[in-house]
Amino acid sequence: MKNQLELTFTSLPGNVGIARMLIASVAAQLDLALSDIEELKVVISEAVSNSIIHGYKNKEDMPITLRIEYDEKKLKILVRDQGCGIPDIEQAMQPAYSTDPERMGLGFVFMQSFMDDLQVESTVNEGTTVIMVKELENIRPSKH
Amino acid sequence: MLIEKNIQRQTLTLNLQGELDMNTSETLRQAIDTEIERRGIRTVILNLEEVSFIDSSGLGVILGRYKKLLPMGGKMIITNVPSHIYKIMELSGLPRIIEFENTPSRKMEGREK
Repeated sequence: MKNQLELTFTSLPGNVGIARMLIASVAAQLDLALSDIEELKVVISEAVSNSIIHGYKNKEDMPITLRIEYDEKKLKILVRDQGCGIPDIEQAMQPAYSTDPERMGLGFVFMQSFMDDLQVESTVNEGTTVIMVKELENIRPSKH
Repeated sequence: MLIEKNIQRQTLTLNLQGELDMNTSETLRQAIDTEIERRGIRTVILNLEEVSFIDSSGLGVILGRYKKLLPMGGKMIITNVPSHIYKIMELSGLPRIIEFENTPSRKMEGREK
């Protein structure tokens, strides 16, 4: 079984919840445990929120693309924006690094903790793509 | 996000219901800040029993309100956190900073499989 979904939506804060619903449906179809589903919801929420808050500086009419690909072995999530980009990716990924004192700088920490691989590609003034992979072989219930 | 407010003297108790993310955390921020400024609230109790989701936006607003109360001699207590929400909060380090009451680790003791 191989599946692929792609959704492009506007950078409205309310769409973060819709992105979460999509990953939760995919995860449920993959028979993932509730705790894994919760983690994936956090991961999507962080990536999409980053695009809205940092990529687009809360501008509400910009496109965000969420792409989900999976088979029995792995789940790949891609979140792409065409926002301002990240000048220093390494710095942005440091725990507790935040450009806003009201925020905790935990977005990338959660993405790194809950996924097996995290890649960030970014070009200033062109946008950012976050690609995350979760290996499913160890966490899915084996089917006998 | 539904916020039910209860004020007794200088204590504000908020029963939260729903998802706490970037879309809803601003409402919570305003709900708390207004009461701190308008009524001189010094203790904020957040009941998270009916909260189904939290991410760093939600955690940031909670920590921000705690930081606002601290220099005023105020405090914050977080109660009845569902276990899956508590896991996220634990990873953020929040339970080491803010007082938690009736946490899953205590509530769930002996009930884990």
